[in-house]
Amino acid sequence: MATFRLIAGISKSLLLARFRQSLVAAIGVTFSITMFITLLGFMNGLNDLLDGLVLNRTAHVRLYNDIKPNPSQPVYRSEAFASGYNVIRSLKSSSSRAELYNSQPILDAIRHDPRVLGVAPKLNAAVLYNSGTIDITGVVSGIDILAESNLFHFSDYVPEGEPLDLRNVSNSLILGKGVAEKLLVQMGDIVQVTTSKGDRLSLKVVGIFQSGIADFDKVQSYASIATVQKLLGKSNNYITDIQIKLHDLNQAPAIARAYRQQFGCDAEDIQTANSQFETGSFVRTLISYVVGITLLIVAGFGIYNILNMMIYEKMDTIAILKATGFSGRDVRNIFLGIALSIGIAGGVMGLVFGLGLSLLIDQIPFNTAALPTITTYPVNYNPAFYIIGIVFALITTFLAGLFPARKASKIDPVIIIRGK
Amino acid sequence: MEKPVLEAINIGKYFNDPVTVKVLKDVSFAVRPGEFVSITGKSGCGKSTLLYILSTMDTDYEGDLLLNGTVLRGKTEAELAHIRNAHIGFVFQFHYLLPEFSALKNVMLPGLKLAKYSDEEVEHRAMNSLNKLEIGQLALKKANQLSGGEKQRVAIARALINDPLIIMGDEPTGNLDKKNSDIVFELFRRLCAEMGQTLLIVTHDQSFADNTDRIIEMEDGRIIQQ
Repeated sequence: MATFRLIAGISKSLLLARFRQSLVAAIGVTFSITMFITLLGFMNGLNDLLDGLVLNRTAHVRLYNDIKPNPSQPVYRSEAFASGYNVIRSLKSSSSRAELYNSQPILDAIRHDPRVLGVAPKLNAAVLYNSGTIDITGVVSGIDILAESNLFHFSDYVPEGEPLDLRNVSNSLILGKGVAEKLLVQMGDIVQVTTSKGDRLSLKVVGIFQSGIADFDKVQSYASIATVQKLLGKSNNYITDIQIKLHDLNQAPAIARAYRQQFGCDAEDIQTANSQFETGSFVRTLISYVVGITLLIVAGFGIYNILNMMIYEKMDTIAILKATGFSGRDVRNIFLGIALSIGIAGGVMGLVFGLGLSLLIDQIPFNTAALPTITTYPVNYNPAFYIIGIVFALITTFLAGLFPARKASKIDPVIIIRGK
Repeated sequence: MEKPVLEAINIGKYFNDPVTVKVLKDVSFAVRPGEFVSITGKSGCGKSTLLYILSTMDTDYEGDLLLNGTVLRGKTEAELAHIRNAHIGFVFQFHYLLPEFSALKNVMLPGLKLAKYSDEEVEHRAMNSLNKLEIGQLALKKANQLSGGEKQRVAIARALINDPLIIMGDEPTGNLDKKNSDIVFELFRRLCAEMGQTLLIVTHDQSFADNTDRIIEMEDGRIIQQ
């Protein structure tokens, strides 16, 4: 312990004697850690935003009835043809109902599943929006606004109006921004919608919806489940989709498989539906780590150079320390101490500046039509980046210090002292 | 007869660059406690080379070296560093103080490294030592603010800090004027007389050597008279 204090004291004195050089080295580390933290925070903020654009709004598991041919064709049932291989031509999809059978018991069963975070039932109706002489095709989805907001951040995408009015105002509608622009309607206006079966309903616009995906906003609108059931002339247990959010996204494929068997309907998991998003996020994160670590390695070379120079200048000091009884190990530790001091000081400053720069970026206005709720650049403040940053700073400076320090420890004092 | 503090038995040494030359040939001698010994000889006779072998810093030699009866061959670098720290004091031709530290701290460093005494005790001893060498008033000055003679006295105080068995000097007065040379010599003399300090000094200053207890004279890597 006493030796440690002595070695640390000598490191400190040598460091302070070359304060400006040491400061330059520390600034190198500070700069690279600052950029590392800022880059990762910014990149991941952007990643979260882009992922959120789709993933937040997508159910982890979706239950529905797909339109497809009846798997049980008459020929398969006939015993006369049971031994053969039957080919049926011109097979058409059957007019099976889009409705989920027994939707209420299914909803209850899923709500009691401990793996499930929440459930939002939904039904879709294909409609025509009528305004004057024009008819625009579109889709009205009936949603449970509370569940939808809690699970899928629905409210974030309604820049105008109060989403909860969907439940509080009867015959109300939240209109897609694209549709609203085409129809030239605003908040409080009445929109006529016609179903494919010719039923007509007047709905009041209580909000404008903007998803960030323009094509989607040109057709999509939302109403309460009851309103859409009325529009379609169906009973109050008619729903076509059940959207499920899980505690653990990675369990989605297994749970989808289980539900498919248990409930006899189709079940799609998020991995199948949106596999490309994971890849994009991964590549962006990888790039930011590579750039950050490259910066750190460059800073490491700076430390290496300065220590090397210091060792040439301090040959006499090293020689005399060795002559008076400091071992090679002590000398190595002195120079490692210098390197690590530079690393720690530079690294901590880097974390502080990185946080500062992140906060600054977080204040820069960033308005885009695609992202209605975003007003400034997104930044992620994950503590993991800060931990990785400081750990890498220490590892790099340690390695950058190790080689010069080992060289110093091997200096033969006789050569230095006799060389004078 | 008393056990020798330092004993060299058939020390031999080669230089391999550019051609192999034997620079020390069967050097044997012993230094007894309390002796003030000087090694003299012309430039290139191997006296400094011998001193660095005796100092344990150069480990590439033939023969055997005993410090206080302990064989030094085969010890690790760290063990030799500890032996230098605890038992050998050095005074070089050039002062070799650390310019980053004050005179006092320079004196204290080997003591702090040995850690036989507490930090306060080491400081107290270092201060005493400086006072004894009449440079106590310079204790807090940086090493590079001192004159040559003052630096050499600080270096002597540093050599004394751990009560070494032996003090070795490589031309300790070689870089000093007559007045300072005399001061340094008188110091050595006093250390020997008052404290029974053993000293082994390499010098080519004949008047310095003449005043020591014993002169070991070397020529061409051999001892020709002792």
